[in-house]
Amino acid sequence: MRWMLLKDLQILRRSKLLVGLLVVYPVAIALLIGFSLSSGPEKPSLAFLNQIPATQNTINFGDEKIDVKVYTDKLFDAVDRIDVENREQALEKVRTGEALAALIIPSDFVMKLSNGGFNSATVEVVYNGEALQQSFVESTVQSKLALADAALARQINKVASGYIKVITTGGEINALGQTFKLLGLVESKKLLDDTLQDASPQIARRLEPLQNFADIGVANIGRFNDVLNTVERPVEVDETVVSGRRTPLDTFAVALAVTVSLMFVCVLLASGLLALEREENTFSRLARGLVPGGWLLAGKVVLAAACAFVVTLVMLLGISAFVPLDYGRVALWILAIAASGIAFATLGVAIGSLAREVRAASLLALMLALPLAFLALVPSGGVSPVLYDVIQVISALFPFKPALDAINNAINAADASMLVALAHLAALTIAFGGAAYWGLRRFASA
Amino acid sequence: MSVDAATAAPALTVQGISKSFGERRAVRDVSFEIARGELVAIIGPNGAGKTTLLSILAGIQQSDEGSVAQPDGTTARIGWVPQQTAIYGKLTVAQNLRLFAKLEKVSDPEATVERMLDQTGLGERADEELGRLSGGNRQRVNIAVGLLADPPVLLLDEPSGALDPRQRERLWGFITALTQRGTAVIFATHDIAEAERHADRVLVLADGELLFDDAPAELKRIAQADDEHDLEQAFVGFLRDRGH
Repeated sequence: MRWMLLKDLQILRRSKLLVGLLVVYPVAIALLIGFSLSSGPEKPSLAFLNQIPATQNTINFGDEKIDVKVYTDKLFDAVDRIDVENREQALEKVRTGEALAALIIPSDFVMKLSNGGFNSATVEVVYNGEALQQSFVESTVQSKLALADAALARQINKVASGYIKVITTGGEINALGQTFKLLGLVESKKLLDDTLQDASPQIARRLEPLQNFADIGVANIGRFNDVLNTVERPVEVDETVVSGRRTPLDTFAVALAVTVSLMFVCVLLASGLLALEREENTFSRLARGLVPGGWLLAGKVVLAAACAFVVTLVMLLGISAFVPLDYGRVALWILAIAASGIAFATLGVAIGSLAREVRAASLLALMLALPLAFLALVPSGGVSPVLYDVIQVISALFPFKPALDAINNAINAADASMLVALAHLAALTIAFGGAAYWGLRRFASA
Repeated sequence: MSVDAATAAPALTVQGISKSFGERRAVRDVSFEIARGELVAIIGPNGAGKTTLLSILAGIQQSDEGSVAQPDGTTARIGWVPQQTAIYGKLTVAQNLRLFAKLEKVSDPEATVERMLDQTGLGERADEELGRLSGGNRQRVNIAVGLLADPPVLLLDEPSGALDPRQRERLWGFITALTQRGTAVIFATHDIAEAERHADRVLVLADGELLFDDAPAELKRIAQADDEHDLEQAFVGFLRDRGH
């Protein structure tokens, strides 16, 4: 096997394009992923037309004033704002692509907010119709609108809480430009209780419902603010992760990139190296007992896995310059990448044993590897339960899913599922190794 | 033939070889012997079983029945030169020879490589990538790889198929020199004239069956071809008379 390994290395060394690709690939991918994850998303450009007259930028709630600018500014911390003069200009900016969308705040916005209640005030958003861009800007604008709504609801809640306090404990209230003094529910109840002590039974019986109302009101004063808080924020999210730990998206993206790269390098290299023996007709010489079939396969697997191991480890170290990774877990990285690499390379030689030339082997490897990677990423709930079960079974028959599990575990946090993934990879290595050996013997005797 | 085939011990004895692929019988009960230094041509129409027979003799395929035996005490592997060059295009001439010498476990790989470079006349091109050589030179390296272990028997499948006349002449000079040193050579060919010119004996295969095993002149005699007719006409007539 030593001479065959050396021979394959000599061939690789002379394949300058392939070697160049193996060197450039991990560096390029590491830089791309690193910059993508560390720079964050670009702000979408948004044309903005504010039709509210300058004199009506404030909403009055009793003696509280809310500045609409505070509300609209909430929208612009996540977008690049392009101010326009009128609706036509706004539409033109969107049409020409200068802005991904336009936000138009109509002139009656403040009036509707003040008079018609919160839900009746509307803003207009115009999109350019390109699905991906629209989706991006739509989600950005809608999330910011939700934040602005929540801020406005807090302001209204604050005003309402002040009113409730005055109604409860008494005080002054401004309405319709005049100041009123209120006795308050607590004082009213005391006054009623004192009055009823000296009242005749007939009057006491007639005022009994009023006394009950005051009792209930005073007893439930504390609930008023709770109700308002519920209106402001009706649903809170309590997050629980059923299995494993919550994986940060950035480090999951790193694990995914590493797994995909490992798969491509291993599968393409191993299948190509084995198919080359048939393309060059050398397999007929080797099959005469010069190199036993098992050793021939093992040599290709070791070389492909070793090359891919170096490539992905360099890539991982490169990415760690941008995304903080825990270097204390390097031993687990090595274990997961090595086990995954061997499983992928064994799949590669199984593919290579079916093909008579390198191009056919590469095409077959790509046609098999790409859909399997996509399938393994389909989330539960993304498709019907039956289809999801079928996808799970298919994914379990190939190394991508367990490799992703193992590498994700190694990078993020190892638990028992990493051992399961490694055992899964070992089983697939044996199965594909057997398939490759069978394919090789079948060719030799054909 | 430089070594007296009649007196020499057989270099290879083939006894009752048969091979089937599914329902099709590719080789049927073929038996023959070859002496040291003898040059034997296997001729036959397409699909006659020539390549299958050679690949069984080379040990690439297992026969269903029969045996291939070398004289007692001979452990050397039979040399094998496939129809298409079976060497690595990305390696140099010397690297190819060195790799196969090591895989053949020859006692002194470097000396063997030097010897083969000398014999093939490719010493000056030892460091050239094989893919950059002409078809004729690649075939010389292909044959040289088959000879690395100094085999007593060499099998060649269509050795001159891709060569021009000048390269072909050099190739046959090289093969003749091998037989003069005692190597038994069996080659399969479509070129009947080549078989007539170089072979000591011809084996005629048709539908996997060995129909004839003797000198080319005897084939002409049996086919009742006169001296003006060449072996190709005699061969065609011979096959036609036997229903092929």
